[in-house]
Amino acid sequence: MQDFFQYIIDNEQTIYLIILMIFLGIEVISQVPSILHTPLMSGANAIHGVIVIGAIIVTGETASDDYFTLAIGFLAVIVGTLNVVGGFVVTDRMLGMFKTEKKNNSNN
Amino acid sequence: MTFDTALLLICYLIGSLAFIVGLKMLSSPKTALNGNRFAAIGMLVAIIGTFLFYRNSKGEPLGNFILIFIAIVIGIIIGTLTAKKVKMTEMPQLVSLFNGAGGLCAALIAVVEFKSLISGGIIYQASTGYLLILIAGLLIGSISFSGSVIAFAKLNGNIKKTGSFKGQQFINFSVLITVIVLSVLLVLSTANASIYFYAILVLALLYGVLFVVPIGGADMPVVISLLNSFTGIATAFAGFLYSNQAMMTGGILVGSAGTILTLIMCRAMNRSLGKVLLGSFGGTKKVDGAKDEGSYKEISVSDTAMVMNYAHKVIIVPGYGLAVAQAQHACHDLDKLLTEKGIEVSYAIHPVAGRMPGHMNVLLAEANVPYEKLKELEQSNTEFPHTDVVLVLGANDVVNPAAENDASSPVYGMQILEVDKAKQVIVNKRTMNPGYAGISNALFYEPNTSMLFGDAKNVLEQLIAEIKTM
Repeated sequence: MQDFFQYIIDNEQTIYLIILMIFLGIEVISQVPSILHTPLMSGANAIHGVIVIGAIIVTGETASDDYFTLAIGFLAVIVGTLNVVGGFVVTDRMLGMFKTEKKNNSNN
Repeated sequence: MTFDTALLLICYLIGSLAFIVGLKMLSSPKTALNGNRFAAIGMLVAIIGTFLFYRNSKGEPLGNFILIFIAIVIGIIIGTLTAKKVKMTEMPQLVSLFNGAGGLCAALIAVVEFKSLISGGIIYQASTGYLLILIAGLLIGSISFSGSVIAFAKLNGNIKKTGSFKGQQFINFSVLITVIVLSVLLVLSTANASIYFYAILVLALLYGVLFVVPIGGADMPVVISLLNSFTGIATAFAGFLYSNQAMMTGGILVGSAGTILTLIMCRAMNRSLGKVLLGSFGGTKKVDGAKDEGSYKEISVSDTAMVMNYAHKVIIVPGYGLAVAQAQHACHDLDKLLTEKGIEVSYAIHPVAGRMPGHMNVLLAEANVPYEKLKELEQSNTEFPHTDVVLVLGANDVVNPAAENDASSPVYGMQILEVDKAKQVIVNKRTMNPGYAGISNALFYEPNTSMLFGDAKNVLEQLIAEIKTM
């Protein structure tokens, strides 16, 4: 238990950051029209792809002769990148459609 | 503090800011596209920063550069190709798949991290807090991964049934409790750490499957949104593990925003999150199908063409059937043809029509249907009484009157499009089979409803040809 309390003391600032971020996340989203639910979900999906940084670090720190761990790290970097790139591209495609359709309107 | 560390912190600061601003911009239609790009640039800065400036506790840069680089290139190629190639109708499953990839990544990171603790023989030194966070990342990441895969398979039609059985809630609960007990055991005594750790991994994967399998298809968007926030939380835990600000900001933002988005979606469908999670939607399917089976009227394509040709005001109600048949372009062609003839045409969009909120908007936007022709639920409902013909294209549950008048119905309480207020309703469906929620629809037996059977695209094309000859 002592150990746990020490951990909290050591990470005080981080815990504050987390709490503030939670409220920020709620605040940022609160007024969203229903047509944007899908793109927003998809965009948020891409943002949590930032997990790939963890994968890069973990693979980069693995001993270069530990092939099994390297293979897991390799896979982690692939799926993490897939999350980021796929997420942003697909959101871009969805939102791009809204945009072209608005252009057509102003032309009409 | 070295120069490199400072640069890395600045990169992460830029990344975090871009995530916050990007997400904010994504929630407004005008700025959404730029918001997404903004967040993407932030991501790029954070990743490149990690590559160039990351130093471990001994001050060494990252190793295995080439391997990581190859993995990133593979990820980029697969990601771009799938995201570009996939049809608009398959968008929901794709989002689910990418989310699963993120969850898998979080779980794999936890595995690698744990292995290095074990092989370094330093598991005994790891603090309780550190171990708990490691386990939390593993647990949530794995649930998100296997849950997303099941959600993908369901939306993709690989799994058709909603498998719920008696005592399922109990089993789910037991699995969860077991996982928690194992986690506590692992933290208390690191002697058998490996066994506990991999048991948690397996059970978490199992839990993800059990968690999503009983949930009905109509609720899948809510589940994907929830799993999305799970992956966010897993990312935040991983960020905590490495004291990595970019990961923490991105993860927590998505975790909390995703949770709120999930609740907003539930509200749009007028369902409680609890009910969705207990799978009461799909679980009670086909209970009283026989009750209101009366006789229904069928209408031919040429009669439909006739009716539409002499209408003044037509409202089209699109649903998943339209998406499956890829009929959005044909639909717009019909709309243009009727508009040329001086008929007023608009679209009534139910917020949850299709498989995801906004699904229909995206689809119709792809076919260049003008934005102002898409009317939201409330507005459409005020217009139906003055409408001559309502054409329902592959929508079912969103026009089911049971939502308003049958308290025993699983869709009871959901706001619907009150199409039966219009003078005539023509429902295009492939067969008389019930919709995605698996319940029968009294609308089809109303005196002013006619059924027009066939594939939406096919029917629309025939309809266009007919009307052109008139």
